[in-house]
Amino acid sequence: MVLHALSGDSHTADQGGWWENLIGPGKGIDTDKYFVICSNVIGGCRGSTGPSSVNPLTGKPYGLSFPLISIHDMVEAQRHLVDFLGIEKLLSVVGGSMGGMQVLQWMVSYPKRIRSAIPIATTLKHTPQQIAFNEVGRQAVMSDPDWKNGAYYGHSSPAKGLALARMIGHITYMSDISMTEKFGRKIRHDKEPFKFSADFEVEGYLHYRGDNFVKRFDANSYLYLTKAIDNFNLLNGHGLANIFEGLKAKVLVLAFKSDWLYPTYQSQEIVKACKLSGVEASYCEINSTYGHDAFLLEITKETQLIEGFLKAVSNGNGQHQ
Amino acid sequence: MTKQTQVIEHKVISRWINSGANVLDLGCGDGELLSLLIRNKHVHAQGVELSDQAINTCVAAGLNVYQQDIDTGLTEYADKSIDFVILNQTLQQVRKPDLAIKEALRVGKKVIVGFPNFCYITDRFSIFFRGKVPVTSSLPYEWYDTPNLHFLSITDFKEYCSKINVTIEDQIFISKNHTVKILPNLFAEVGLFLLSKH
Repeated sequence: MVLHALSGDSHTADQGGWWENLIGPGKGIDTDKYFVICSNVIGGCRGSTGPSSVNPLTGKPYGLSFPLISIHDMVEAQRHLVDFLGIEKLLSVVGGSMGGMQVLQWMVSYPKRIRSAIPIATTLKHTPQQIAFNEVGRQAVMSDPDWKNGAYYGHSSPAKGLALARMIGHITYMSDISMTEKFGRKIRHDKEPFKFSADFEVEGYLHYRGDNFVKRFDANSYLYLTKAIDNFNLLNGHGLANIFEGLKAKVLVLAFKSDWLYPTYQSQEIVKACKLSGVEASYCEINSTYGHDAFLLEITKETQLIEGFLKAVSNGNGQHQ
Repeated sequence: MTKQTQVIEHKVISRWINSGANVLDLGCGDGELLSLLIRNKHVHAQGVELSDQAINTCVAAGLNVYQQDIDTGLTEYADKSIDFVILNQTLQQVRKPDLAIKEALRVGKKVIVGFPNFCYITDRFSIFFRGKVPVTSSLPYEWYDTPNLHFLSITDFKEYCSKINVTIEDQIFISKNHTVKILPNLFAEVGLFLLSKH
């Protein structure tokens, strides 16, 4: 089961999918061998019910009457789906960032229903710095006059605020090196003459990312999902040593050296929790300059690790022979 | 390191380790030794390794590995939490061998150390007669392209053990495809030690 991140959706494989190079026939997650499930998270806007869905009681979109959701709720919805499909045990749950949080939640909530887990570039709990960036994003949305306390459906949406939130997000997904390599100080030539126009390519890129995001994402979903991420804390009242107690699944934790939004120490903490609970875990720190975005971009390196890991799990190689 | 020598090394290590023990291999490479110990001794195996390629191989073999630089310490392991910590052909390549050994002794109830003996007779010949730093089967690298940072002899290591009050519980010396009983510091290519410290 593949679990998507904040702005992802169920369209993970095939053309245009956010992991299209990792999932498919003969690829790292080989669809000739494995059956892949990916559903949109609850609270999102690309399938499952969220604030932009119509409330059957009122006939209008939920807006802010939609209840706050958690990472745990997302996993509950996925568990219902797995029940519906009649699957007792998943070969693996895999995902990065917010998807990785769902992986960790699966490990805690349904340890007996997974044979393995691959949390990527993620954390056991959101830190103040991570919460701070999300709050700035939310404030950007909510300070847009078009937001109207979330009741903007049928009117113009808070596009400026959501685009700004996305621009801030994208800065945190990249790294100093990846931005320098991608943009340098290159100047755009298609600009309108204006003192503060987006002269540099990096500015144009952020505008492009922001504007594109608005076309496919609901501003209220952005608020609900970022809040779910911020509230995520598996250590709440639990010691590192016992959060994964009783888990028999094999775990592969992946992190990226240049990821400063979800730094490698957070992934190391996941492995430490596994070790303290006697869970079989491997930790790989992938050398990448892409920052947090690396989990979507370092496909070759992820393929090598995930392909071998899944094969070992499905063949029962290694420790459990 | 010739394949023959490695086979004997692995046999010796395998003999020292109890069935079902907890084993941590520091610098586990592609995990050959750990896989052997899982097969023959049903150990609970963990490895630490730095190389990307080796990590990929270990993961595909179903081993539990942690990509880490040993020089940063083993902070995630509690005192005496591992039955056997292995430092085989690793010590000469870490920046701080002293820290690696002390951390291994803190974490492990027993520690196995194996390294190439720099005072092996061929090495001595190379330095004495040819005036050249040795390039041999146990030290197969040119000076300008070697992962080896430290060069030690069997005698050096024994002196070090007594200096830090470590008990040598067993020691085996290997050359080519046989063990060496006489004058190991001269005739052995590899020294293997089983250590403990209370």
